Amino acid sequence: MSWFNARRRRPVAGYTALLLGLVVVGLLYGAFSRTGGTAQASAPAASQSDINTGQGLFEANCSSCHGLDAQGTTQGPGLIGAGAAAVDFQMSTGRMPAKEVGAENESKPSQFTAQQIYQIADYIASLGGGPAIPDSQQVSTSGADTALGEQLFSANCAQCHGFAGAGGALTYGKDAPALTAATPTQIYEAMLTGPEAMPVFADGAVSPSAKRDIIAYIVDTRVEPNAGGFSLGRTGPVTEGLVIFLGGMGFLVLIAMWITAKRRDPRPTGME
Amino acid sequence: MSDSEETEGSEGPVARRRVIGTPPPAPRLLGSTAVAEDGEAGQVSDETAGGEHSGGERPTSPPDEAHAKRMEKIVAACFIFAFIAGCGFIAAYVGLGVHTVDKTLRSNLALGTSLSVTFIALGLGALLWVRHLMPDVEVVEDRHELRSETKDREAFQEYFKEGASNSQFVKRPLVRRTLMLGTLPLIAAPLVLLRDMGPLPGTSLRHTVWSPGRRLLVYGTNQPITPAEFSGPGSAISIVPDGYQDDPDALTKASITLIKFRPGELDIPTTMNGSTLIATMNWTVDNIVAYSRICTHVGCPVGLYEQTTHHLLCPCHQSTFDASHGANVIFGPAARALPQLPMTVDAQGYLVAKSDYTQPVGPSFWERG
Amino acid sequence: MSDNFDVPAPLAGLGGWLDDRFHGARGFRVLMRKVFPDHWSFMLGEIALWSFVILLLTGTFLSLFFVPSMSDVVYHGSYVKLDGIKMSEAYQSTLNISFDVRGGLLMRQVHHWAADVFMASLTIHMLRVFFTGAYRKPREINWLIGIVLFSLGLLEGLFGYSLPDDQLSGAGLRIFEGVLQGIPIVGTYLAYFLFGGGFPGNIIVPRMYLIHVLLIPGILLALITAHLFIMFHQKHTQMPAKGNTEKNVVGQPFFPYFLAKGGAWFFFIFASLVLLATFAEINPIWLYGPYTPVAISSASQPDFYMGILEGSLRMMPAWEINFLGHTLSMSVLIPFAVPLTVVLGGAAFWPFFEQWATGDRSFHNINDRPRNAPMRTGIGIAAVVFYGILWAEGANDVIADKLQIPLYTITWISRVLIFVGPLAAFFITKRICLGLQRQDKQTLLHGYESGIIRQLPNGEFIEVHKPVNEEARAVLESKVVPALLPAPGSEDANGVPAPSGRGVLGKARARANRAFAETIAIEANGHGNGHGNGHEVSSGNGHAAVAAGDGEHASGAPGTGAGPAQVPPGEASDPDEAQ
Repeated sequence: MSWFNARRRRPVAGYTALLLGLVVVGLLYGAFSRTGGTAQASAPAASQSDINTGQGLFEANCSSCHGLDAQGTTQGPGLIGAGAAAVDFQMSTGRMPAKEVGAENESKPSQFTAQQIYQIADYIASLGGGPAIPDSQQVSTSGADTALGEQLFSANCAQCHGFAGAGGALTYGKDAPALTAATPTQIYEAMLTGPEAMPVFADGAVSPSAKRDIIAYIVDTRVEPNAGGFSLGRTGPVTEGLVIFLGGMGFLVLIAMWITAKRRDPRPTGME
Repeated sequence: MSDSEETEGSEGPVARRRVIGTPPPAPRLLGSTAVAEDGEAGQVSDETAGGEHSGGERPTSPPDEAHAKRMEKIVAACFIFAFIAGCGFIAAYVGLGVHTVDKTLRSNLALGTSLSVTFIALGLGALLWVRHLMPDVEVVEDRHELRSETKDREAFQEYFKEGASNSQFVKRPLVRRTLMLGTLPLIAAPLVLLRDMGPLPGTSLRHTVWSPGRRLLVYGTNQPITPAEFSGPGSAISIVPDGYQDDPDALTKASITLIKFRPGELDIPTTMNGSTLIATMNWTVDNIVAYSRICTHVGCPVGLYEQTTHHLLCPCHQSTFDASHGANVIFGPAARALPQLPMTVDAQGYLVAKSDYTQPVGPSFWERG
Repeated sequence: MSDNFDVPAPLAGLGGWLDDRFHGARGFRVLMRKVFPDHWSFMLGEIALWSFVILLLTGTFLSLFFVPSMSDVVYHGSYVKLDGIKMSEAYQSTLNISFDVRGGLLMRQVHHWAADVFMASLTIHMLRVFFTGAYRKPREINWLIGIVLFSLGLLEGLFGYSLPDDQLSGAGLRIFEGVLQGIPIVGTYLAYFLFGGGFPGNIIVPRMYLIHVLLIPGILLALITAHLFIMFHQKHTQMPAKGNTEKNVVGQPFFPYFLAKGGAWFFFIFASLVLLATFAEINPIWLYGPYTPVAISSASQPDFYMGILEGSLRMMPAWEINFLGHTLSMSVLIPFAVPLTVVLGGAAFWPFFEQWATGDRSFHNINDRPRNAPMRTGIGIAAVVFYGILWAEGANDVIADKLQIPLYTITWISRVLIFVGPLAAFFITKRICLGLQRQDKQTLLHGYESGIIRQLPNGEFIEVHKPVNEEARAVLESKVVPALLPAPGSEDANGVPAPSGRGVLGKARARANRAFAETIAIEANGHGNGHGNGHEVSSGNGHAAVAAGDGEHASGAPGTGAGPAQVPPGEASDPDEAQ
């Protein structure tokens, strides 16, 4: 009988099989779960043909909720004055086109190419101005003051998004998303336009350089390795408590059971 | 197997099954030779391996010497492994520096892995030693009566009575009572000594550092702000008082959440508390309103503003305030609305306070009124 | 006897030298032979003990580097993301320990994990002692010491994680101060005296440091020593088993068995703490940032052992009373006072309440099986459910975020569950205990089901039952049913009513007594007794069929039992039917 077969009925075999199954499933999930976010460079300057293409795209994909002239309907708000930044943010994160009319749109893979999004953005901007898409200079994090970024983030952002940008709950089923996948441009645009429940952080209150500092802080935090090991989600003591009981206490109780288990002394040989 | 072997008492061959579990000495329902599911005979009760009672001779070695010799090697291997891991710990300490996050992670992993392996190896070795090298022994010890014998109790009482009467404590109430009187202040003295731990609160909880003309600064950048700069509808920002931007004591009561509304959305009813005005549209500037950031529940900063619902949500205990109607409470344990700061513009156009709050900010207290 | 070696001369010499001065030979001989019963659940308290030792060791290391000062400094250290930020020296020294001291982060994390494990193991140790009734006479004082240890542990942990002066713990301190401030009459004075003025002041960290490093550990050390010494002196309880009586202790001797097992346990505990500290990040204060009163994060929770206070603060609806120029904030005072009073005060009071209700003043050195004490187990589970609901509510925003449940819904559910849950849990648990007792009784009377199916000559199939062996029988029969107190209104031979049943308290006691005494009686021998009273015997069950002519079934046929049913004294009614 093979080594495995001889031990297949032991209690520890069950635990081992379970552990193996959990590890395999975890690895598969980690390998296949999608990560979001698309990198973007600066938006090209708007040309009339871009605006026309954008108008076509808009009428085909957006006007059913936002109105043919972006004036708004009962299904969706007017976009005159919303600005290119808002369009770029909503569409590049995939929140728009919305799945359904509701309080909160989840980010999902974008249905449009970056160029198409710029074209729609140019069209909307041509209707009534509004905040522009930031250029790569504005979202560059080199030389930014992450200490100031930390102060601004913790005072204005952490109460929704969590101290490390892991996300958080809002009222009535909404939540502030985790900041792990958003690009610097998207973060800038979100601050500028205040999508959905998020307040607006216009340049008058949070200057463009302060925005860069915040972005630098967010980016530095999310790429920073966890010096203490696995991060347990960066949501604070709740997960730590779970690990204590399920992991720590569970493990120790099993060890205690082993220490005090009845001995199975092998058969006495009769020669003691 | 047939039932004829079911009678208890006979001891059968030893099983190879390992028991991980909590059985006290064999509370198994299966009799000692009942059929187990994989065809092996049942467990042996631990009487065979030397369940002896105190007073008899204890075995000094485990029954199976060959098995013990094998286990001895395994235990020794564990301890040698612990030694290697322990040296690894010292090497990791000496060899791996820190001073950056990456290096700290590496050092932590190395030190921690080597240390935990050392302990696991030592623990494993000790455990296997007990379980396989020491002979299995069960000892019975008598519990002694905890209650002392009556004669001892009586002797104690005798001594106590004798001593008490020698001390004259019982016979002389004047001495007794004045002793207690004399020591009373000493009991109070340590508490009295604590008086200077802090100042009396006085009226300091009723006021903040806001005063007429004090500018509102954006926290972090410490820049004053004009209504024009704060014109995006749906804006919210953290505000601190000019002159106190680095003073946590002041900020604990004086920090502010500033919110800009679309025209028509902000509607603060004129609210009185007794004869004191505590909220009004007159204290807003251009649909910009300043609310105290300090939650009226237990004092966490209320900065979470939802632009669409106009809710101010305190993340600590979910007290929710309606910012468009004077920050009155709509959910949660807070019992009072967030105080509104009277606000106006100064000569240079910056937002300034008109005066201090007209009510105490922050958590309630007994003297609040 | 122990034969194979001679004690080496130096050791013998040392032993003699000490004995000459300390008269220790007999005492140590007794100690070496002292018996410690063996059960895994008896090792839970040791987790707390060794965690405490590890806390002392790692804490000493940390205190070599930590600076307990709230003076402001501008940071220019290794963690460059925060370079230039103003922070307290306490925070800076914690960053220093984490990133500039080799092994510093490991020690910090071991210390914090050990603190959590200390409190967690105390909780399950307390539950084990409660559910096995090990707090009964003569161990009430040890139980009370344990409650005090737990409470001190709460405070110690609170002050400990607040020392680094980071954003998360600072918010917790602010809540602590706000709650203090709300205490009637003396609240503002207490808050101002503790913090040296308004919050945050600049003295609270040094004060907490002193309390955390010196005061409370000193008291803890003294109480732990007392706790262990009492346990040692009174000897540990043991689980019901064959050969275990109220007058003995069965197990393995201290030297070398318990010593070796205890050593192995210490190593495993230390190993698990170091494993956690290596692979699971805890309290990453560099991500929280230094404390400022302007900022707050979502998912702000204290460490888990303070979770019930957090949950009760979140659960409470708004309630404030204003009168005569004074404000009483019930939405702060009730959450602050009620949960801990109920749980800890209830626990402290429990042994005495149980003694009063059952009238049981005897010594108990054998543990109860939880099923054999349905009232105690039911109330204990109700308390656990109460604690658990508060604890879960303390994490309500994390639950709302991760499980996509609206925030207010969770709070509303917990507001209802906090009342309904414990009641339902009590009822269900008690019924389960009584059900298990019935099952035990059936096993004792009829044996266990052996899995052997036999066909009888008349064609019927029955399952063969085998009698339980001696060890199992000892466990099943270990239930002790204390005698009932006299019922209210009952009189002795001369018509004098029982004194204990008089008055409101007496009637309450009688009610409690009846409730505690509810049990399924198991007679001493399992042969046929009890079958005659109320036990239906029909030809439809295998029991009767077996009895007819089949000699294997150990239980006798109905009516063939030996004599009248033997019921415990005071049990006036049908033993098969619970009240």
